[in-house]
Amino acid sequence: MSEKEEKPKKKSRREFLQDIGIVGVGTLIGGSAIFAGINYDKRKKQGERIKVLTAENELLEIEKSDTTKVTKSPLKNLTYLQKEGRDGLKGHRWVMVIDLSKCRNARKCMAACNDAHHLRPEQHHINTLKMQDAKDTPAYYMPKPCMHCDNPPCVAVCPVDATFKRADGIVLIDNERCIGCRFCVAACPYSARVFNWAEPLHSHEDENLTYDVELNVPQRKGTISKCLFSADRLREGKLPYCVSACPNGVFYFGDENEDAVTNGTTKETVRFKKLLEDNGGYTLMPELGTLPRVYYLPPKGKEYPFQDKDKKEAGERLES
Amino acid sequence: MATKSNTDKITSDLLRPIRLNKSFVIWMGFLGVSLVICLGAYGLQLKNGMVVTGLGDYVSWGMYISSFVFFVATSLIGMLISAVLGLSGQKWASPLARIAEIIALAFASVAGIVIILDMGRPERLLNVIIHGQIQSPILWDVTVVTVYMIISALFLYIPLIPDLKICSEKLKNLPPFARNIYKVLSLNWNNTPEQNKIIKQTTRTIAIFIIPVALAIHTVTSWLFANTSRAGWDSTIFGPYFVTGAFVAGTAAVIIAMYFFRKNYKLQDYITDNHFDMIGKLLVLVSLVYLYFNLNEYMVPFYKMKESEAILIRDLFAVNHAVLFWSVQILGLVLPIILLLFKKMRKPLPMLVIGIMVLLGAWFKRMIIVVPTQEHPYLPIQNVPLNFKIYTPTLVETLITIAPFILVLIIITLLAKVIPIIPVHETIEQLEDAPISPKGDLK
Repeated sequence: MSEKEEKPKKKSRREFLQDIGIVGVGTLIGGSAIFAGINYDKRKKQGERIKVLTAENELLEIEKSDTTKVTKSPLKNLTYLQKEGRDGLKGHRWVMVIDLSKCRNARKCMAACNDAHHLRPEQHHINTLKMQDAKDTPAYYMPKPCMHCDNPPCVAVCPVDATFKRADGIVLIDNERCIGCRFCVAACPYSARVFNWAEPLHSHEDENLTYDVELNVPQRKGTISKCLFSADRLREGKLPYCVSACPNGVFYFGDENEDAVTNGTTKETVRFKKLLEDNGGYTLMPELGTLPRVYYLPPKGKEYPFQDKDKKEAGERLES
Repeated sequence: MATKSNTDKITSDLLRPIRLNKSFVIWMGFLGVSLVICLGAYGLQLKNGMVVTGLGDYVSWGMYISSFVFFVATSLIGMLISAVLGLSGQKWASPLARIAEIIALAFASVAGIVIILDMGRPERLLNVIIHGQIQSPILWDVTVVTVYMIISALFLYIPLIPDLKICSEKLKNLPPFARNIYKVLSLNWNNTPEQNKIIKQTTRTIAIFIIPVALAIHTVTSWLFANTSRAGWDSTIFGPYFVTGAFVAGTAAVIIAMYFFRKNYKLQDYITDNHFDMIGKLLVLVSLVYLYFNLNEYMVPFYKMKESEAILIRDLFAVNHAVLFWSVQILGLVLPIILLLFKKMRKPLPMLVIGIMVLLGAWFKRMIIVVPTQEHPYLPIQNVPLNFKIYTPTLVETLITIAPFILVLIIITLLAKVIPIIPVHETIEQLEDAPISPKGDLK
């Protein structure tokens, strides 16, 4: 026994170091193999051969030099829609103005929105809230879409860039990438985001639809949804669903770059800055530094009474 | 001086638990069956979506995220006991180092799994790497928790190398393949002075390096909340508040583990009453620091009563969450501090009870941090079902929440079955350094 112990003792330190070395070298080799693999993939993408999808839906690989650019209406597949959805509409800076003196809680905006985006009744991209700021101030109705902040907390916290800010001001979601962590829900101070807790409402009918980032349809179980400023309608040159649906002239929508917003009910177009200036426009919770793109006009000189049945709910927060 | 018989006694005492016995098989069987039941519940969640939980669009983080915070918190104990106490020359803690490291490794590894349970699309997990956004605190968390897990594994393994050699030599009743595994893992350890030096230096380096990493994991975890503008989370002291809370939870976990290992493995000579006494004092210390942070966290907003925070504070102090809030603060923090001031209470059995109280309190405390804030957003919660306004966990969700705890117990049980949970080599070494009997207090 003692002899056995003697023998390896001489080499011990070297062997011990050797073994640590082997583990170390192994890790290095493994690591560099992974690194090389990733690099190889990258190079392949930049290489000469590219993949093309034929009109017959066949995936082929050909030399890049053999291809010629065809100008025709692009194939609206998922990749195309995802890119289009991220690029946005060049040259625009979308804004919304909500005139609280006009809102009568008709909820046509909510209905049109839920219909367009295939939402369940309790999922609100836009939610008309009953509000009261202090005990003696009047209660009012406040439609609340996503604020499409210029400094969006939701975009900052998203770990996978599934929610993003476009150059035209809109904050969108790619629900093909969303991992469903709901950090954006936690970060949003306006409670603007909803989650697909269960199988979405029309998941069967929508099964064969190509996912459109600008409409967020089909909705996907386990992913986020939220107000999109109806980016799909803007692409067609139309006003958002909620804006067009309002019977009371609450919503103005337009382009900050053109300094023009259009009322969804009267179709009257006015100067954006002047509308804010003349009516004391403001944003929600400016102290948070989120820089909303949705502006409000105060509920001054309301043309209707606040419903008695809603008073309790409006004042709930003040009671406690 | 260390006599041969003393060394042999220590070796045989500490290696005795490494064998297959009936109670081990029964315990593992129980854990296995429970895990399968909980995994069945998770299958339901995968199939039907997270609608099986009590979560909603307002309270969208509940038990899973609270558990995640709890797991990360508890894993910090490895750093406190093995690194901080070790480096500051607190010799009494060295027999507890391995227990602390096993707990740290188990909780840190399972923390990653807990976060997956909370994901709406777990199959897209790799997106975090493919499309990772460096500005998201989740990325920071994934990075530091992984680093901490690896360092904790090394911190467990490196000082274990001499013991693995002892295992391969002394555990004669094991089948040859098992002894070979010990031999390979012991990396030709021969107890030479050079080898001892290398181990000491490596362990010391890791001990120093693990401190900032451990601080980072829980600070970053606290930033998941503090980096939002929500009432109750929007706090600048969340980092240290979470870290000190972590020490409380971790110390309690070690106390509970000490009790069971001492009893089941018959280690009364190695985990002595003195150890319980000392770690009881440690628990008082960390709890006092945590109490101080609690005072800051709740009393400052309570004095000002800003609108959104006032609603939250009222809810915690006097309305919906009051019972839970005060139970956690009093039974889980204040009462243990008072009790542990008495020497009689720092004995194994009372310590076990206090440890369980503190650990339970620590888990519910995370719920108190995570849930009520979400029930009180800046804008009113309207036009949604009632269950969106008040969070009530479901049975399925509870079962899924239990799963990671079972996993932790399985990991701890397995590790404690295959390696000596009291460092053999170190104990013998200490005996050589100071002429004390193994029964004596290792101060």
